[in-house]
Amino acid sequence: MTTDIQENEGPDILKEWVGKGRVYEKTFNPELYHEVQQFIFREARLQDIHDYDAWEALWTDNALYWVPANGTDTDPERQMSLIYDNRSRIALRIRQLKTGRRHSQTPPSQLARVISNFEFLTSSNDDIKVMCNVQIFETNLRGDTMWAARNEYTLRRIDGVLKMAYKKVVLINNNKAIYTLSFLV
Amino acid sequence: MDGNQISRWDELIRPGMVHGSLYSDEAIFKEEMEKIWFTTWVYIGHESEVPEKNDFVTKSLGPMPVLMVRDSNGKIQLLLNRCPHRGNAVCVQEQGNRARFTCPYHSWTFSNTGDLINYAFPEGYEGVDKSKLGLGKVARVASYRGFVFGSMAAEGPTLEEHLGGAIRTIDQLCDNSPTGEIEINAGYLKHRTRANWKFILENECDGYHPAFVHSSIFSVSSSAIGDLYGDKAVAVTRAFGNGHTEVDPRPEFRRRDAPMSWFGTTSERLPEYTKQMNEAYGDRRAREIMIDGTPHVMIFPNLFIAEIQLFVIQPISVNESIQHSTAIQFKGAPDINRRLRQQTMGSVGPAGFLLADDTEMYERNQRGLEIREPEYLFLKRGEHRERRDEDGYLIGHSTDDLPSREIWKHYRSMMEAT
Ligand code: FES
Ligand SMILES: [Fe+2]
Repeated sequence: MTTDIQENEGPDILKEWVGKGRVYEKTFNPELYHEVQQFIFREARLQDIHDYDAWEALWTDNALYWVPANGTDTDPERQMSLIYDNRSRIALRIRQLKTGRRHSQTPPSQLARVISNFEFLTSSNDDIKVMCNVQIFETNLRGDTMWAARNEYTLRRIDGVLKMAYKKVVLINNNKAIYTLSFLV
Repeated sequence: MDGNQISRWDELIRPGMVHGSLYSDEAIFKEEMEKIWFTTWVYIGHESEVPEKNDFVTKSLGPMPVLMVRDSNGKIQLLLNRCPHRGNAVCVQEQGNRARFTCPYHSWTFSNTGDLINYAFPEGYEGVDKSKLGLGKVARVASYRGFVFGSMAAEGPTLEEHLGGAIRTIDQLCDNSPTGEIEINAGYLKHRTRANWKFILENECDGYHPAFVHSSIFSVSSSAIGDLYGDKAVAVTRAFGNGHTEVDPRPEFRRRDAPMSWFGTTSERLPEYTKQMNEAYGDRRAREIMIDGTPHVMIFPNLFIAEIQLFVIQPISVNESIQHSTAIQFKGAPDINRRLRQQTMGSVGPAGFLLADDTEMYERNQRGLEIREPEYLFLKRGEHRERRDEDGYLIGHSTDDLPSREIWKHYRSMMEAT
């Protein structure tokens, strides 16, 4: 007999890459699915078109934006991450981009991302936890780059509106040497 | 060589001018591998990355991977991950703990001192001397205050001779830790860079660019780094010889006379760390250390200590490099270590507020060299104001090209050596 957790983690050797202890929701709520998907599609579009203010407005006040390196469930309080931004550092990142002198984004990357494989995680409170996969095509002065990631979100309804409290982007090749990643991933 | 003939290097490296092909010619890159990377002392890793017996971690020496191992006797070994049988990898894990490495192809097994312990079906090897079939090793291994260097040349200057005056900067760094030791244990960000390694090397002590390349982040944060590299700055650049260069902001910090100003904070905001420092060094010496702060030094050819970060520059090909970067941690000082990590994560790596833009510049430089004219890069800034400090080292204004010129001087001496 396999438990949910075994089913989702796969063999031991992969745990570093697919993460541990996630329990996927078995019930399906079509309205919520639709709403969350639309939210994440919009987030993706705002990133693709570099609408920095609108993207920043999606975050809650105590948000966390995390792009780990060298694994999936690393300890960001001990290990280096590519991005480990609290809310004020998210704001700083946006302010830097908006100067127009963030050279690695001047001109901005041309982007299109495809998001798929939405699955909800069980949540013990009102937060909505959702996983999805993303592929991003980037072209810039250097050339073309493909990025792929597993994303994990915690969404929260504040005054009736969905907001991002947590976004974790696990690049599939985050243990390898990767090119500059200065667009909003 | 004929004394009258102008050498190739006279053409390529002129006073304050270097030829673009030095960054883009594959033949020159190959020559550099032999004459620089597989000759001189190259930084490999830090002893704290393999704290326990039998720990190992994959590092590199130039484009070549190297296993840094703490062997079963506790000694640091630099082993080459190439099976002496037919060349397979004896280890494909990035890091771990093991006393032996077994090649998966025909099961030859090696101890972590590199010796061949046994091979499968040994009857087939009558009269063969196992002691000649161990793993290759980096010819010389030496460390200074935990920093492990390797040299592929069996003979040559000692590590301390190679480091020369730059030893002061490593001491300066370690003295900022209340235990006198630093640790590297947060893992590395690996930033792939489509540019020649020397653009990275030369940028590390280039104090001319921050005001422009990093103006985006300086203008939106309260970073004080910007002030160190202005026209009015009193910081200096210094060349130690052997290609080692630094930006030395101590004159500025001593003028401010405020402990921890170098880190953009105050002693009061780091009470535990300050207490530890006072206990370790006595109040007076601790105060001096906390005013001077940590160094900004580029140790030729690949170790860059950038105040609170450590970078390892790895050449991959003539136009591709990897910058490995991580936070420096002060052993036994949790009070400051989180801030060191947080600040590092903000600054460096592919998404860093600083390094993403430095790297953008390296890549644009590299592409620029495909354009034929002008053939030479112009590195004469501050030639007229070079001077010697009391130790006899050349110094210049913090925005001068002095570090580049001195790097090229050393580079040439290595490339010309026969
Ligand atoms: S290649 Fe390693 S044992 Fe044959
Ligand atoms: Fe820079």
